[in-house]
Amino acid sequence: MNTLPVTQNVIEVIYLIASVLFILSLKWMSSPTTARHGVWAGELGMVLAIGGTLLHRGIVDYKWIAIALVLGTVIGIPLGMVQMTAVPQRTALSHAFGAFCVTLVGTAEFYLRTPNVPRFMMSVLSIEVILGSLTFTGSLMAAGKLQELLPQRPLTYKGQNFANLALLAVGVAIAVYLVLHPEAKNFFPAMLGIGLLAGVLMIIPIGGADMPTVISLLNSYAGLSAAAMGFVLDSKLLIIAGALDGSSGFILSVIMSKAMNRSFANVVFGAFGQVQAAAAAGTEAKTARSATAEEAAAILSAANKVIIVPGYGMAVAQAQHKVRELYDALTKRGVDVRFAIHPVAGRMPGHMNVLLAEADIPYDRLLDMEEINSDFPQTDVALVIGANDVTNPAARSDASSPIYGMPILDVDKARTVMVIKRGMSPGFAGIDNPLYYLDRTLMLFGDAKNFVGSIVRELGGGGGH
Amino acid sequence: MGSKLIDGLFIFMLAGFIGFEVIRRISPLLHTPLMSLTNALDAIAVVGAIVLVGEHKSTLSTILGTLAVVAATSNVVGGFLITDRMLKMFKSSRPAKP
Repeated sequence: MNTLPVTQNVIEVIYLIASVLFILSLKWMSSPTTARHGVWAGELGMVLAIGGTLLHRGIVDYKWIAIALVLGTVIGIPLGMVQMTAVPQRTALSHAFGAFCVTLVGTAEFYLRTPNVPRFMMSVLSIEVILGSLTFTGSLMAAGKLQELLPQRPLTYKGQNFANLALLAVGVAIAVYLVLHPEAKNFFPAMLGIGLLAGVLMIIPIGGADMPTVISLLNSYAGLSAAAMGFVLDSKLLIIAGALDGSSGFILSVIMSKAMNRSFANVVFGAFGQVQAAAAAGTEAKTARSATAEEAAAILSAANKVIIVPGYGMAVAQAQHKVRELYDALTKRGVDVRFAIHPVAGRMPGHMNVLLAEADIPYDRLLDMEEINSDFPQTDVALVIGANDVTNPAARSDASSPIYGMPILDVDKARTVMVIKRGMSPGFAGIDNPLYYLDRTLMLFGDAKNFVGSIVRELGGGGGH
Repeated sequence: MGSKLIDGLFIFMLAGFIGFEVIRRISPLLHTPLMSLTNALDAIAVVGAIVLVGEHKSTLSTILGTLAVVAATSNVVGGFLITDRMLKMFKSSRPAKP
């Protein structure tokens, strides 16, 4: 303490400034006009914090720090340059990296401190390691499912929830034992192993449609584990950053769960897909009307107001740039075109907005469910591209439907509904969609990208000049 | 020790509230860049890992610390990079539209 207290104080002041910059960074994210300032503030805070840390007087060797910083940068750049359609899996992967860092530091701290670990220290250390390891493998699994390296369908078996809870209970019991007996070194790897296993088991029953909630939840865990690490290292900066990240992930999870009319517990323990496969049976033959690109183009060009409803299918078909051409062609003819974005459209919060912004569609044309739902009755055409369950009117009316109560986009209230879809097969969740059999609904069968492309061609040929 | 814990809990509580109030106001439009930004900020854990490596207290702690710095740094670099790339794409229609 007495050799260089000045440096220590300087470092603390730098951390204080970094904390302010982090909070400003998030504050500026509230509007697209200031959001980039937010990134710059965050970057500045990060550079200051890392620079200040390098002044730390305990540091005796810089060689490995330098190597690690360079290596991390080399890995980080390609991770920052991925395609926008791959952002969900990239995000899951970065949650895994963050949790990996936290887990490693927690493990190293344990072995440095044992056998003399004060009880409080051991408690937060256990929280750090369990949350960190669980988030690490959980996020890797989520990234694997999103990248389609792993099967996307939820995997369930009897007693699954019980098994997962029991496993976690054992993990907590070991943690408690370690708090009381921190010298029992051999129990630490067991706790770590249980955390890693719990992460895998937690994601196995999760299906693709639940990914927005799960990614948010993992985001929250990653933040909380970092905050726990802040307690272990007595770093206020880390506690603040972890708390900010934790609350951000928490808020997003709440928004996502609400948008699916489900509780946290239901997402984590629910295994959505399973329920629905059973419910989808027993539908009698109904007829849907289909239309060609030519007819669709004629209806669209005669409309005044059009709302496009994009879903994950648009991302899969990489149709966003064709959608932009459609937007341009219709706008040129004086048609008012807007986009209705359901909170859980896509595979992570805000996914559709990023894809459409990438295709150069102005962000003031992208409206979320609450803003736009009351406009459907005054809309001439609602064009659904690759979305299914979020437009299913059964969620409003059919109490026996597994998605009953889920807030949906009121597409069926538009004067004409057009749905671009590959075929009549039910969507990801396996639920039949009564929207397709309405008199006002026209099914446009085909690949989203090709079909939108042919509508654009029809519109171009019909004299838009 | 006791007072450090209490200090830490106070900071955690206050930061949690700030986070809650600030993030509640963020439009769903920007939820994806928000997540990649908080991810980059969360990688501030790198400072703990840097000290761990630099203090060189044991071989194990240096190895684990080095890996931790690599993981966190890649999140810092990748997170800020992709957030900025995403935000650059968000454009308003106000100037051009008739």
